[in-house]
Amino acid sequence: MQLTLLALILALLTVIGFMIGRSRAAASVGGRVAELHSVPSYHGVYVALWAGLPALLLFVAWTASEGWLAMQLVLSALPERLTTGDGQSVALLKADILNLARGISTGREADPLVVGAARRYAALRDLAGWSLLAVGASLAVAGLAWGRHRIGPDLRARPAVERVVRVALVVCSLVAILTTVGIVLSLLFEALRFFSVVSPLDFLFGTHWSPQMAMRADQVGSSGSFGAIPLFAGTLLITVIAMAVAVPVGLMAAIYMSEYAGRGVRTWLKPALEILAGIPTVVYGFFAALTMAPFVRSVGEAVGLDVSSESALAAGIVMGVMIIPFVSSLSDDVINAVPQSLRDGSYGLGATKSETIKQVVLPAALPGIVAAVMLAVSRAIGETMIVTMASGLTANMTANPLQAVTTVTTQIATLLVGDQEFDSPKTLSAFGLGLVLFLVTLCLNMVALRVVRTYREKYD
Amino acid sequence: MSIQSGIPSPLKLRPRADDRPGQRSGAVLPNKMTARGVKVFYGAKQALKGIDLDIRENRVLALIGPSGCGKSTFLRCLNRMNDTIEGCRVEGQIALDGEDVYGKAVDAVQLRARVGMVFQKPNPFPKSIYDNVAYGPRIHGLASGRDELDEVVQTSLKRAGLWAEVKDRLREPGTSLSGGQQQRLCIARAIAVSPEVILMDEPCSALDPIATAHIEELIDELRANYTIVIVTHNMQQAARVSQRTAFFHLGEMVECDDTEEIFTNPRDERTQGYITGRYG
Repeated sequence: MQLTLLALILALLTVIGFMIGRSRAAASVGGRVAELHSVPSYHGVYVALWAGLPALLLFVAWTASEGWLAMQLVLSALPERLTTGDGQSVALLKADILNLARGISTGREADPLVVGAARRYAALRDLAGWSLLAVGASLAVAGLAWGRHRIGPDLRARPAVERVVRVALVVCSLVAILTTVGIVLSLLFEALRFFSVVSPLDFLFGTHWSPQMAMRADQVGSSGSFGAIPLFAGTLLITVIAMAVAVPVGLMAAIYMSEYAGRGVRTWLKPALEILAGIPTVVYGFFAALTMAPFVRSVGEAVGLDVSSESALAAGIVMGVMIIPFVSSLSDDVINAVPQSLRDGSYGLGATKSETIKQVVLPAALPGIVAAVMLAVSRAIGETMIVTMASGLTANMTANPLQAVTTVTTQIATLLVGDQEFDSPKTLSAFGLGLVLFLVTLCLNMVALRVVRTYREKYD
Repeated sequence: MSIQSGIPSPLKLRPRADDRPGQRSGAVLPNKMTARGVKVFYGAKQALKGIDLDIRENRVLALIGPSGCGKSTFLRCLNRMNDTIEGCRVEGQIALDGEDVYGKAVDAVQLRARVGMVFQKPNPFPKSIYDNVAYGPRIHGLASGRDELDEVVQTSLKRAGLWAEVKDRLREPGTSLSGGQQQRLCIARAIAVSPEVILMDEPCSALDPIATAHIEELIDELRANYTIVIVTHNMQQAARVSQRTAFFHLGEMVECDDTEEIFTNPRDERTQGYITGRYG
C-alpha cells in the first residue's frame, strides 16, 4: 500500500522534474537555447534523475534491511529463553512471528509472548512503511529542488546524464554476469556436498548407476551406487546418433540453400527450416515416443533384430531432426559469408559448381561449419525431454543403439522430480552430474566461439 | 630490382612495327575473339547496347571508360562469367576462334578453361600457394602424376614472375602473400590451366605502384603466348600495356583503335574528353 503510493509519487515527481528542468533551462537563457551547454531535454532528465534516483536508492536499501531490522528489534524484546537455542528453534520462532504477523495460523496454540512479538512486529513494519513513504517523498522533493537550483546556462547536464546512463548500463551487464556466477556457485557447492559423500573417482569412473538409497537401516534395497559412466556413455551414444542425422542433412540443406536455391526458394525455405527449431522439445518427445520408437521397433523386428520399445536410436534420430535447423541455419550463414570473389576465381578457372563448392567454398567455410556443429553438439548433450520420453531411464551401459539408455540430463530431471530430501546423496548426485554437464558444454561452447572468431577475422 | 627499371616506360612499350598506324594490323593478325551486337540486361536494366569488337591474337586490348560504362560487363561476357549472376541476360554473338561461345554445344565450364580470368581484388583460395596454382590443373586433369604437376606449378609461377619469391614457401597459405604477390599468384593460377585468352578486370586497382609495375611488365611478357583483354581505369596503364584500346561510354563502345591512335588522335569527342580528363 505505502509502496504503491511511494512509487506513484516518485513517478509523478520525476515527470514534473523533467518538465521543470526543461522549461527552466530554456527560461534561464531567455529562450535562446543555443546558449545552453546542453540541449534543454538533458536538463529535464538531469532534474528528473535528481528527483527519482536518490529516493529509489533509498527505497532499495530500505526494503533490503527493513524486515531484518524489525525482526531484530522484536527478538531483543523477547525473554532470552525463547531466543537462545539451536539455529532451528530460532528459525522456527522467526517463522511463527512472521506468520502470526501476517495473520496466518501456525496450527498450534501460540505462546502469548510470541503473539505479542508478532503484533509488535506488524506494527513496526507498518510504521516503517509510512516512514519510508515520508522520507522517500521528501528526499524526492529535495532532490528535485536541488536539481532545479543547479540549472543554468553553464550546467553541464549532458555529461552528468550520460555518466548516470553509463552506470546503468554497467549495472545491467553485471546482473547477467553475476547471475551466471551465482548459478555456477550454487551448482558447485551442492556438488561439493555430493563429492564429500561419494568419491569423485567412483562417480566419474564407476560403471554402475543406481541412485536408490535405503531410507532406513532395516530397509531392503540397494545402498546406492553412483558410477556415472553408463550415463556418459548413454549421452555420448544419443549425441552421436543425433549428429549422424543432423550434420549431413543440415549441411546438405545449407549447401542447397546458399548455393543452388534461387532467391525465391530461399526466402521461404530457410524460415520453414527454422520452424523446426521453434517446436517445443516436449512435442518432439511425443513424436519420438509415439511414432519413432514403435516405427524403429517394427522395422527392427521385420529384419529380425531385437529392439526394445524405448531405444536410443529413436531418441537420437528425433533429436537429430530437432538439431537440423541449428546446423543448417548457421552453416548457411557461414557459407554465404564466403566472399563471392572466391567463387568467381574458381569459376574463372573453369571449375564446375560442385568442384567450386567442394574445393573452395566448403574449405573456406569449414571453421564456421565446425563451430555450428559444436554448438549443435552442446545442444544435443543438454537436451532432456526427448530422451526422457523416448529412451527411458534405464542406465544401461551399451553401445547398441537398439537398447534403452539414459542420459545425464534425463537423470538430473528424474532425480529432482517429486519430494526429495536435499541432503541424501541421491538428490545431491544431480548436482554432481549438472557440474560435469556444465563443464563439458562450457568447453564445447568456448571452442566453438573461438573457432568462429578466428574465422571472422579472416574475411571481414 | 629497382623501381626505375620496374616501371615499363611508354617508350619501352612503344607499339611494335606491326601495330603502327598505317600498317593495319587487322589484316595480318587473325581475330581470336569477335563480338557482334552484344547486348546485356540486368533484369530490366540494359547495361550494354550492342557492342561490336574484335580481339586480336597475341595482343593486349585495353577497355577504358568511366565507371558503370559496361566494360567489366563486356569482359565478363567473354567467358560467360555473367552466367553466375541472377537475372542477367546476354544477346548477340561472341565467338572464340569462330565458334559461338553462347552456342548450345559450348559448355561454359570448358569455355572458362580456355578463357581465363584475373579479378580486380586478388582472390587466392584459402589453400597453400602450391595448391592455389595446382587447383586448375587438378580439376581439369592436366597433369598426370606428382612430377608433372610440380612442373606445371613451377612453370606457371615462373611465368607470373613469382617463383623466386615463393619457391621456398610453397606450402604456406596463399593469403599470407602481399597484395601484389597475391595478384601474381592469381595470374599464375590462371596461366596454369593454359588458357588461350586471359581476361583481366582492373588487375592493379588494389595494388601499390611497385606491384602495379610488376604486373604491367608481366602483361607485356605474357602476350607472347596469350591474348589479353584488360579493363583499366588508369589511362597511363592502358597506354603502357596495350596495343589496342576500346573506349566504352554508357553501355556503348565509342571507338576502338590502335592505342597510340586513341591517345593521340581520338576520332570521337567523348573519347577526347575522357582521355584529357574532362569527365569520368
